Amino acid sequence: MVDTVPVTGVPRESARRARQRSVGRRLRRAATPLLWIGPAIALVGVVVLWPVYEMFRTSFQRFSPNGFFLGSAGWRNFTDLFAEADLRDILVRTVLWVVVVVGITMLISLALAQLFNERFPGRRVARWALIAPWAASVVMTSLIFRWALDPNSGVINVLLHDVGLLKSYGSSQADWLGRPNAAFVWMMVVAIFVSLPFSTYALLAGLQTIPVELYEAARVDGASTWRAYRSITLPLLRPSFLVAALINVINVFNSFPIIWEMTRGGPGHETSTTTVFMFQLKQAYIGESAAMSVLNFALVIIVVLVFLKATRWREQVS
Amino acid sequence: MTTLVAEPSLTGAPVARVRRVRSVPTGKKLLFAVLAYLVAIIFLLPYAEMVITAMRPNNELLDRGYVPQHWDWSNFTSIWKTGFGTNLKVSLAVAGGATLLVMLVALPAAYYTARSRFRGRGLFLLLVLVTQMFQPAAMLVGIQREFLSFNLPSPVFSLILVNAGFNLAFSVWILNAYFSSIPAELEEAAMVDGTSRLGALARITLPLALPGIVTALIFTFIGAWNEFIVALTLTSAPQQYPLTVAINNYVGQYSVDWGHLFAGSVIATIPVIILFAFIEGKVVGGLTAGSIK
Repeated sequence: MVDTVPVTGVPRESARRARQRSVGRRLRRAATPLLWIGPAIALVGVVVLWPVYEMFRTSFQRFSPNGFFLGSAGWRNFTDLFAEADLRDILVRTVLWVVVVVGITMLISLALAQLFNERFPGRRVARWALIAPWAASVVMTSLIFRWALDPNSGVINVLLHDVGLLKSYGSSQADWLGRPNAAFVWMMVVAIFVSLPFSTYALLAGLQTIPVELYEAARVDGASTWRAYRSITLPLLRPSFLVAALINVINVFNSFPIIWEMTRGGPGHETSTTTVFMFQLKQAYIGESAAMSVLNFALVIIVVLVFLKATRWREQVS
Repeated sequence: MTTLVAEPSLTGAPVARVRRVRSVPTGKKLLFAVLAYLVAIIFLLPYAEMVITAMRPNNELLDRGYVPQHWDWSNFTSIWKTGFGTNLKVSLAVAGGATLLVMLVALPAAYYTARSRFRGRGLFLLLVLVTQMFQPAAMLVGIQREFLSFNLPSPVFSLILVNAGFNLAFSVWILNAYFSSIPAELEEAAMVDGTSRLGALARITLPLALPGIVTALIFTFIGAWNEFIVALTLTSAPQQYPLTVAINNYVGQYSVDWGHLFAGSVIATIPVIILFAFIEGKVVGGLTAGSIK
């Protein structure tokens, strides 16, 4: 290249080119990250963030029951929502749903994680069995339970009858899903059942980070197993416990298929949580449904903020 | 019982304890094993009931025996006449499409955030972390309004986009962890030997990150395969339904077609449970944003 350029022209020419190149390079340096992460940002923007905006917008709009846009609604969707006679019960039920399901799930998971952390022959196979409710669709798991609770021939009722806990088939006692309170308890059982695998695996991962030497030291000091569990395992398991519990809170709060498949939230709204209620409203009152969504979303945001604090995201990111 | 002595002598106690630890394990181990198998069976029972009901002849559906008197495969053959094949294809298209899209988008993003400390990297990872906690149910109305306004030719496209978007975070996170654990020097060494950057990526980095890639692939596929509430909202005709909605559709207003419902469930569930077994140990790290591992 140099040979073809006149000798005198070399410095000026190359300086100009260098300048051009540096502008280009700076542009390229700014654009390079966008090339790599741009598609991800675009996908998240269109699919995850835009619906949030649409949801807020819809919550201030008025629609006819079959979905025709009728103009601005001001705060009417929210005042309508708060005027719903059932809302108070639904809110209380939602809190109960999340607290009871997550609470019991985490307690059982503590025991299961401890059990599956022990060494015994066939541990791997036993752990595989644990994942079934995690991998299977919750829709189908819920339908299995609905079928098993059939008042006339459901296998749970057959079992209860065989051990003497159920007096007669087809009775109102056998119709678990027909009674709102009993139905809600059974749906909690299903929710716990499908939440256990993830929680147990999360705690198992947490257990594996605890150095064995700590237990050896405790044993040398004469600590009992229970004492070692309380003073070593529980405190060191706290971070994984917290993160697993928070993820469960989100999952259980957003859980829709269990209630939908087992009772459709009914009779009326008597077994609905706010997520199911949002879906029921959506059929005819999309504006009010959006208002309910906005409330649900606010709750999610609070949990996300706690999650960010718990995961110490800054350390993760760096 | 020597350990119950209130103040064991300094020399005596360890000996007694060591003996206890050595003599008991077999019994203890057995107890743990039995307990764990019991738990495992309890976890599998509902799915056993699913298979049993699928293979129960229709005239035995109301019987109270734990297992049918005759085993019957006919639900698995007659289900294809209910349009189930179309629904299976929709599910394959949605889950396959979403997985492909997630990979196309997540691989470069995860690789770049692992290799380069560019400006805005922290912000990007924060976005990923936050969206991981978002689920479609909380913003369903927004999704419905947005995607109806897009007027896409088929809900399959909407479902591919939605499933990809909501499953992206997991893949970015787990792939980022894998790429970060592979030293950049390995790639540089290959490049010194005359391989191009892309060649080094394809021949060195991607194979080493394969466990992470497989985990992301399977997890996204299963997530999209099992998704229900968005599919229920965005589809309107039976031939548009993916499996979850199709199976929900066997529940009629007055009667439920349990035989086909569970035959369909078996076909839809058993493969993903087996698939999940392959990635079982690696999922937690991606779900908890690595804060546990």
